[in-house]
Amino acid sequence: MARKIRVLVAKPGLDGHDRGARVIARALRDAGMEVIYTGLHQTPEQIVEAAIQEDVDVVGLSILSGAHMTLIPRVTQLLRENGADDIIVIGGGTIPEDDIKALKEGGWVKELFTPGTPLETIVEWIQSNVKD
Amino acid sequence: MNDQLKELQEGLEKWRQTRCQMKDRDCRFETVSGMEVKDLYTPLDIENLDYERDLGFPGEYPFTRGVYRNMYRGRLWTMRQFAGFATAKESNKRYKYLLEKGQTGLSVAFDMPTIMGYDSDHPRALGEVGRVGVAIDSLQDMETLFDGIPLDKVSTSMTINAPAAVIWCMYIATGEKQGVRPEQLTGTIQNDILKEYIAQKSWIFPPEPSMRLITDIFAYASRHVPKWNTISISGYHIREAGSTAVQELAFTLADGFAYVEAGIKAGLNVDEFAPRLSFFFNAHIDFFEEIAKYRAARRIWARRMKEKYGARDPRSWLLRFHTQTAGCSLTAQQPENNIVRTAYEALAAVLGGTQSLHTNSMDEVLALPTEKAVQIALRTQQILAYETGVSNVIDPLAGSYYVEALTNKMEEEAEKYFEEIEKRGGVLACIEQNFFQQEIADAAYRYQRALDSKQRILVGVNEFVNPDEKLEIEILKIDPEIEQEQVARLQKLRRERDNIRVQETLEALRRACEGTENVIPYILDCVRAYATEGEIIQVMREVFGEYKEKPTF
Repeated sequence: MARKIRVLVAKPGLDGHDRGARVIARALRDAGMEVIYTGLHQTPEQIVEAAIQEDVDVVGLSILSGAHMTLIPRVTQLLRENGADDIIVIGGGTIPEDDIKALKEGGWVKELFTPGTPLETIVEWIQSNVKD
Repeated sequence: MNDQLKELQEGLEKWRQTRCQMKDRDCRFETVSGMEVKDLYTPLDIENLDYERDLGFPGEYPFTRGVYRNMYRGRLWTMRQFAGFATAKESNKRYKYLLEKGQTGLSVAFDMPTIMGYDSDHPRALGEVGRVGVAIDSLQDMETLFDGIPLDKVSTSMTINAPAAVIWCMYIATGEKQGVRPEQLTGTIQNDILKEYIAQKSWIFPPEPSMRLITDIFAYASRHVPKWNTISISGYHIREAGSTAVQELAFTLADGFAYVEAGIKAGLNVDEFAPRLSFFFNAHIDFFEEIAKYRAARRIWARRMKEKYGARDPRSWLLRFHTQTAGCSLTAQQPENNIVRTAYEALAAVLGGTQSLHTNSMDEVLALPTEKAVQIALRTQQILAYETGVSNVIDPLAGSYYVEALTNKMEEEAEKYFEEIEKRGGVLACIEQNFFQQEIADAAYRYQRALDSKQRILVGVNEFVNPDEKLEIEILKIDPEIEQEQVARLQKLRRERDNIRVQETLEALRRACEGTENVIPYILDCVRAYATEGEIIQVMREVFGEYKEKPTF
């Protein structure tokens, strides 16, 4: 039997908007993935530690506080420093287009999903981007 | 049933026979909250409605038709745009701009570190300073924020919860500096910690000390700041987190009852503090459901306050509320459409009898709003107030079979939740059991699934999509250097103030927190000595502890 895809859904930063994170966590679980949700107000260090400990394939960062330009690169940087750069980093939230471009081109994040994205799109993206 | 109604019943059945042969677009029609609605409402649906008992006149018990006798003929609702970003200096400029454009009250948005009780130079504040609101570290920032804005002339609403006592004290102290006495101050602090545990999730301390801070504020305000709204019991965030209209109504009022009970338990007379309680609701896109929600809220509150809590002062029976249009109803796609959504939502709020209103700007799904977008949002309210004529007649939808039936339905459904909450041991027990959080998460998930399956249409998102859409609106950018500027200012303050005085006031506060005295005078002393928000909160954190939520989804 194929190993289930493992995803860490994480809420970095200080904001408490967890509607999106929780809806996505549930959708991924319903699609047959193993989902771990960190809960709120996590530091990048806590997220990276959880990602490594839980041996996940994907880290999904949900940010609605406007701190994405600081927090997303920090998580990716820490994953690299810990030799865990095989973990795919994706994200979602209120992120302006210019910032999306900068984050993707800078190699800080593989994909960003903005408000209005169907759940299925995210599920399919993960399924096709995680190598067996 | 009287003869007239019997006749009507027969007529309706006959009408239904032919009507049912016609094909409908769908087999079930429901509100945005998933509540099924009929195709037609008649006097049969409000058969038991008793005008005197259930509606009454505006300004009279049970206030279903509004809290004031003259409603908008006396004074229009307060147009209050929520604003704040970057530094106190920048936000001060925006407030002056809004007041110049005819806004009638201020509403302060704080950044996340301020909301969570961290100073701008705390490691956890990194990247968050001035992002979603204004950064306030000390009295010095508060003085700058209201520079040139006389606090005896404006009313100010501040969206602050866990550290509300500290920020409120900074406002009072700013008034002192301007020569404005506390009893002259008007405004609101949100100060609603229960909905933080339930939905908005910006907490610091555990429930028990948090509730103590709130009752301390009630007691202090009733003696020293009597015109201040000490709490804004908020459904807004519950709705934004994905709840239905009924859940918003029921959970918010249940929180309200919990605060009343806490006040009484703390030894206050209900009429001492209840007149200063205010509410804050969402205006979502389902027009009639929202109007029914506001009407039901007023009626439920009045009845409970009078009958259950024994309030005698009629002002204690009034559910006065602020409304904000639904951020979660807006779309990042074709953002100009959000102007239209917001206008309908604002209309519902006004027809529902709101006391003040914030209309969202079209670009809020993308970032903080630009001045242009804010102006359109404010103009939306002004058009509503001065052009459409809807403010001329009080509660104009009363007597509509549908609106009255829906108002009754909202009340009934809310009562079911009150029973359930009671059965589970009250609001705090429900929070601990994750009850509210799970109910809301379930509703949010159902809603998203309905969108994905196109069972529900969202224009520009899952239907009527512009395939080559390019975003063509301007976005407000926050300069990353603002963080360093704010940190530098804070560190300068720490060097230049009387640090011995700061330590003394903080130690006095610690002792007050450990005891049972009212902590507000002690916080005021800390603030006056320019202790920072982070320092004050840290002392309280050490005494009270921190709240932790079990993460579930």
